[in-house]
Amino acid sequence: MSCDQCREREAVIHLTQIVNEQVTTLHLCERCAAEKGVESPSGVVKTPLGSFLAAMGKNLPETVSAPPSGDTCARCGGSLQDFRESGRLGCPECYRSFEVPLRDLLRRLHGSTHHVGERYAERGAEPGADPGADPGAPANEPRVETADLREQLRLAVETENFELAAELRDRLRVME
Amino acid sequence: MIDLSLLADGGVGWLDASGPSSHLVLSTRIRLARNLAGRVFQGRNSETEREDILSVVERAARESMLLRQATKFRLDRLDRTDRQLLHERHLVSKELAGLDADGRVRSGASVLVQDRIGVMLNEEDHLRIQGLHSGFALEATYAEVDRLDSELGQRLAFAFHPEFGYLTSCPTNVGTGLRASVLIHLPGLVLTKEISKVLQGLAQVGLTFRGLYGEGSEVVGNFFQLSNQTTLGSSEHELLDHLGKMVRQVMDYEEQARQVLLRDAPAIIEDKVWRAYGLLRYARALSFEEAMNLLSGVRLGVGVSLIPDVAMYTLNKLLVYTQPAHLAVAEGVAPTEGDLPIRRARFVRKVLESEVGRRG
Repeated sequence: MSCDQCREREAVIHLTQIVNEQVTTLHLCERCAAEKGVESPSGVVKTPLGSFLAAMGKNLPETVSAPPSGDTCARCGGSLQDFRESGRLGCPECYRSFEVPLRDLLRRLHGSTHHVGERYAERGAEPGADPGADPGAPANEPRVETADLREQLRLAVETENFELAAELRDRLRVME
Repeated sequence: MIDLSLLADGGVGWLDASGPSSHLVLSTRIRLARNLAGRVFQGRNSETEREDILSVVERAARESMLLRQATKFRLDRLDRTDRQLLHERHLVSKELAGLDADGRVRSGASVLVQDRIGVMLNEEDHLRIQGLHSGFALEATYAEVDRLDSELGQRLAFAFHPEFGYLTSCPTNVGTGLRASVLIHLPGLVLTKEISKVLQGLAQVGLTFRGLYGEGSEVVGNFFQLSNQTTLGSSEHELLDHLGKMVRQVMDYEEQARQVLLRDAPAIIEDKVWRAYGLLRYARALSFEEAMNLLSGVRLGVGVSLIPDVAMYTLNKLLVYTQPAHLAVAEGVAPTEGDLPIRRARFVRKVLESEVGRRG
């Protein structure tokens, strides 16, 4: 069976979803599944960060729309090369600057790219801090908010993370 | 020399063996990694920026309920023995204390401590909010840490991304920024040689283990720190539930292993634990590793009721107070390489002599 998404590679992951009480099954190859944030159990590798960092360097040229490793973060001037050497990023904005390779790394490290824990809500900016520099979109009320959930839902749909989208919509329904 | 009596319980309240399942679990530690929005991470910032972070966070802490009366230690202004003392009490990491291989303390490296919670500043992340409780107490520890996180979060702008969550200097901590560790004593599983199977099993369910002193430390005295490996994709409570379930299972295995040992080799176990007690009570020189292993033996003996008159608190205290910086402070003179084992043995004898018989 070929992959529903790319129609090229062999489908190895079969994802059954229930959306609007309709059962649909998606047949995906490993690569397309990974792009949708669906992880095969064997895909979550427990290897120390070091080998991922080394592997990232090798995989980079193949990664679609990844910035070349010479690119630097506009905020702090750090590069992917720096990150590979130190294992540490330069600033919060690096998560935007190197989003594509980092998303891949996060998926390998954590088996997910979506934070589902407590949501930080800014309730008063630190004096001197540039509010525009915060890549987050803080809401005015603490913890989970419907506006916040809607934003997450939009993001989930945009990134074709259907599983998360379905869950978020259900949560919104309950709240409304 | 710093005055640790400034801290309630000298900052070692977690040693008092008052928490749940204290016969197996020494302590529960939870930390949350947080960074201030709009500022570069620690690895790229300057001395001035680190000073600024320190003053901004300290101001917020003084306005909070939980750290209003916190004691502040500036690691960058302490000598090595004092820094080591704080590390031996589990109040600061090896990195913050500048006890790593390069031995340099970063400017601005500080810790604020009040009762069982605190915050490390200018560690790998700008803030490491931490809580340390006696025994197996994941929920209680998290409740406090979470409260402090909210209090500080109201006064500071944390770096947060709608998809990735709390942003950290190292991607291994991103998302919740939460690492929970349970320090557990597993001599039964080590003696029955089941331990490697158990540790492998834990790795398969996304947990990891370390030694007595966290990252990079070796396993001594059969003490293991079990903690979550991932921080993204599960909520804080899911991470804690999962770790809690697995720790309970490990505790069951340990109890079973002890029963097997007592059933199949009672004479050998009895000899082993009393021999450990005898050596601690009368030896004239003890290396750190030997002391840890003997304390493990006695702890096992107390746990299975073979040794009646030693309190878990005494054993916990010996675990920390027989380390180099504590021995230096106890006698007021820095020990030389050669007399450290002698001092250690003298200290252990003194404590056992005065405390054994008082049950607790």
